[in-house]
Formats: sequence, C-alpha cells, structure tokens
Amino acid sequence: MLVEEIMKTDCITLPPNATIKEALHLLQEHRIRHIPIVDDHYRVIGIVSDRDVRDASPSILLKEPNEDDLLNEIHTIMSSPVLTVHPLDFVEEIAKVFYENEIACLPVVQHDRLVGIVTEKDMLYTLIQLTGTHVQSSLIEVKVPDIPGELPKVTSIISKRNLNIVSVLIYPYKNDPNYKIIVLRIRTMNPTPVIQDLRQAGYKLLWPNNIPEPKI
Amino acid sequence: MKKKAVFIYADAYLSYHFNEEHPFNQKRVLLTKELLEFSNSLSEEDIIPPRLASEEEIALLHDEDYIEAVKRAGEGKLSIEKGLQFGLGTDDTPIFPNMHEASSMIVGGSLTAVDAVLTGEADHALNLGGGLHHGFKRKASGFCIYNDGAIAIKYIREKYNLKVLYVDTDAHHGDGVQWAFYDDPNVCTFSIHETGRYLFPGTGYVNERGMRSGYGYSFNLPIDAFTQDESFLELYETALREIVHYFQPDVIVSQNGADAHMFDPLTHLCGSMKIYERIPELAHELAHEYCDGRWIGLGGGGYDIWRVVPRAWGQIWNVMKTDTVAVGPLPKQFLEKWQKEAPSALPAEWQDNEADFPVIPRKADIEEKNRILLQQLLNIIQI
Repeated sequence: MLVEEIMKTDCITLPPNATIKEALHLLQEHRIRHIPIVDDHYRVIGIVSDRDVRDASPSILLKEPNEDDLLNEIHTIMSSPVLTVHPLDFVEEIAKVFYENEIACLPVVQHDRLVGIVTEKDMLYTLIQLTGTHVQSSLIEVKVPDIPGELPKVTSIISKRNLNIVSVLIYPYKNDPNYKIIVLRIRTMNPTPVIQDLRQAGYKLLWPNNIPEPKI
Repeated sequence: MKKKAVFIYADAYLSYHFNEEHPFNQKRVLLTKELLEFSNSLSEEDIIPPRLASEEEIALLHDEDYIEAVKRAGEGKLSIEKGLQFGLGTDDTPIFPNMHEASSMIVGGSLTAVDAVLTGEADHALNLGGGLHHGFKRKASGFCIYNDGAIAIKYIREKYNLKVLYVDTDAHHGDGVQWAFYDDPNVCTFSIHETGRYLFPGTGYVNERGMRSGYGYSFNLPIDAFTQDESFLELYETALREIVHYFQPDVIVSQNGADAHMFDPLTHLCGSMKIYERIPELAHELAHEYCDGRWIGLGGGGYDIWRVVPRAWGQIWNVMKTDTVAVGPLPKQFLEKWQKEAPSALPAEWQDNEADFPVIPRKADIEEKNRILLQQLLNIIQI
C-alpha cells in the first residue's frame, strides 16, 4: 500500500509570517495537532505542533496572562528542517519513520511541493483495515512449521469449502523460530467444518478453537 | 379482552431452509411450539399465523434491487456472480427455492407481532421464526436474508412513532440492526455477545456508540469466550437496567438468540439454562415498568436445536403467558415423540444439571475482564 492511498490531501497550512495566535486558532478549529509551514511556492519550510504552540502560550496559571507573546510570527517557533515522505513510499516504510523518529505527523512532498499529510492516526487506521477486523468474519489461528508451502496447504483446505478469506496475517510463534502463526479471517458464521478439516490435516489450532467438541 | 401474549407461528416457517447440512434449522420453532403445547402453556387461541410482508415493507430497510435479486434467486434465475454481490449463494446463505417468500413470511411474522402489541390486542408477542439480525440493506449474511427485526423497528417508527429499545442476547453481535439505526436517536440498540476476536461477525466493540444524532444510543458488551452464567447475568442485568432507565423506551424488541449455551456448537460462551430464564424475566419486568408491558420477542441464533433452543425459547413464552418460568421435568409426550429423531439424549428437565458444567480455569480472569468492560460501557451514561 502506498502513502498516496492513505494521505489526506486537504492540508491546513500557514505561511511563516502568520502569528502564533492564528496557529492556535487553526489547531482548535480543525481539531488537528500539526500545521506544516509553507512558503509562496508551497514548499514545506517548517512544521508546528500543538505542543510547540502551547509552549509559546502564556500559562493558564497566570492571573494576568500577557497575550502579546501570541503575536510573534510562527517561524520563530517552528521545527525545521522537516522530515517528509513521498506519495509513492510504502506505508510499511513510513511506519518505521514514525517509530524511529518518535513523531506523529509526516508531510507528503512531491516535486518540492506539499501534496498531502499523514498522521500516526491515519497510520493506525490503515493497519486496522489491513487486519480485516472491520469486515464480517470468523477468525482462526493456525500454528504451522516455518517451512515453504504451509500457507498454500492451509488456504487450499479453506478453498475446498468454498470460503472467502477476508485477510491473512503471519507472525512468529512466541519465541520459537521453528513455528509461525497464520491468522485467517474467513467470511463465514460457521467455521466448524473448516476447523475440523484443518484438525484432520494435522494442524494445531490456537485457543479457543484448539478445543475439540464438545466445547470443553 | 386484552390478551397477555400471542405466539406467531405457521408451519410455513420451516420453508426457510437452506439445506440439510446447514446449522440454521427452523425445526427448532416447531419443537418449541410442541414443547409448550405438551406442557399445556400454549393453546390454539394463543397462536396467530404470520402474514406475508409486502415488498414495500421489506423496502423499509432493504434496497429494491436486493429484494429483486432474492426473488430471482428463489426462482433459480440469478447468476452466480450477481448473487455473490448480494451475499446470496455463499456457504452461510445458500440459495433455496422460493427464498423470497419464505423470508417474507418471517418478516411478516415480526410485523404481525408488532401490530398485535401496538394495537392493544396483547401485551406481548413472540415471533420465534424471526430475529435474523445479520441481514444488511443490500446483503445477505450470517444465515439471514431479510432483517425482520430491523424492518419491524422501521415499521414501528413509521406507523406508531414510538421510541424503540432493541435488546440482542444472541451470542453473535447484532450488527445488521445496529448499523440500520446507528444514527437514529429514537432507536437504542443493546447487544451482548461473545467478543468478535474469534467469532463472527467480529464487530460489536464497546466503543461502537452510534454516530451523529444517534451517538450514545448504541451499546455493546463483547464478553470473553467461555463466560459463564454469573458473569453474563451480572453484566447483562446491570447494563440493561441502566440503559432502559437512560433511554426510557416506549416499546422493547428483544432478539433471543439461544447460542450462548455451553452446548451450542458455533460459539465459545458457556451459559446454562439460567441465562435463558433470566433474560425473559428481565425483559418482562422492564417492559411493564417502562413500556406499559409492550414487548415483542423474536428468535435468532441457536444451533443445538434439540437440547437448548426449545427450552430456552419455551421459557420466553412461559414468562410472557404465565409471568414465570417453568420448572421440573419436560412433558413425556414431547420426549417420546422427538427423542428418536434427536442425535443426542434430550434433557429431562427445564433446568440444566449443574454437574454437567465444567469448571473454567480462567474464570476469575474472565470475570475481571468482563467487569472492566461493563464500566467502559456505562461510563457514558453514569456521569
């Protein structure tokens, strides 16, 4: 999946000479946490987070706050240079950028111009979509040896029942490098027959489907 | 004179039949009816036949091209590709002859139940053929073609303009009904079900609260796999009382899936008959307290059609008709008539034998998790 598929394109931006007060207003009005600062050519020259703006705001504990500070220009508090990504970057790659740099927002830049924005919230939402939890399905976890050919064996058992697979994830089995877990979301309310088929083929299913009938 | 309750039934309900291997089997409605007849709690004058729902009524929820597809499927005239677009012809909802008519009869039964209660013919009405809560606007799923419960609620809103509380105790999330009223503040939906972590349909998280003006009118308790009676009932009763008090409904529609029982082959919940006694008792009590008695009960899931469903559903009727659940042995005639067809020994009594129920090693953890869930659910209305 590419960044351009998940980025927001209606970016809220400010020029460098806008005031901190304007930024504060925009953050509140749009309920956002980051504002890219762009020049006349829509080049990203900085970024401001709600935390930057809050740091520059008078304390709520002050009896007579001096609002003058808020009239400073935004470029005085913006972070620069800015980490950016490209619309054709992979979502998996930028997940690493978020993680390693401990940031929550990445402007998307193409031909030196701002074309979109991706936040950690968009990222998380995309990951949820990738797991398939939003689609009607039953979940089965199968423990398999970590050798070639196991996935097609498992999926062919499912396709023999003419069942549609909504999503597949594969992850390591605890700390044992000899096994993997295949997580399958299958579009059926009655996974019992396929669970029996998998057991008969010698596969170990994980809880709660590891328990043979009756339930306990 | 106004009746306490009416029972909606016709043998035609058995024509909603996918195939011999399919777990959804409407014979359970017949079994329940006979169990009640042999127990002398159901008689001829209690029974009203369902009417056929009209296409306009079905279209209160479903799209017209979906209805058209169901009709064509039932006549054997729908292509495979076209069918799959509407969820028809899958393993869960295979195509069968005259499926439109069979499904319309079930919807009509729920509308008959609504009219019986809201025209004042009876306090309560029970349509065990209905409760097909996975049906979507333009998609069949989870053994359901037309969503009779959602259609009945649309019908109540349109014809009687009452505030409806929908309570769904099926072990699967009542997704079709929830999404149909997700933005409607006059219909409050409450579903308690096994967590969607493993179980179909996967939705029904506690944070599904509704949207726009319907925000705060959708409630979900996705309880842990292997939850047993005590924890189920603690959560259910506490939540239901709070929700009814908060929403102040005019009428209660309950979906009474009976698949949270330990014997049910499709789910991982571990309830006993106790929950199927308490569920109708609570609906009955709260309907009288808040809705002048107006309560429409529907069926739903339930895949151990011999040992679980007839007793569980029988108790709904017993509560509706006699204010109390039945206790003691099941009628001999019932056992004699049906035992030879049943694949396992039929239970001898209305109540389960506690010794048959396993000790769940994770019981304390399950109860703790469920309690946290209840707090999360109720924080929105307990400020």
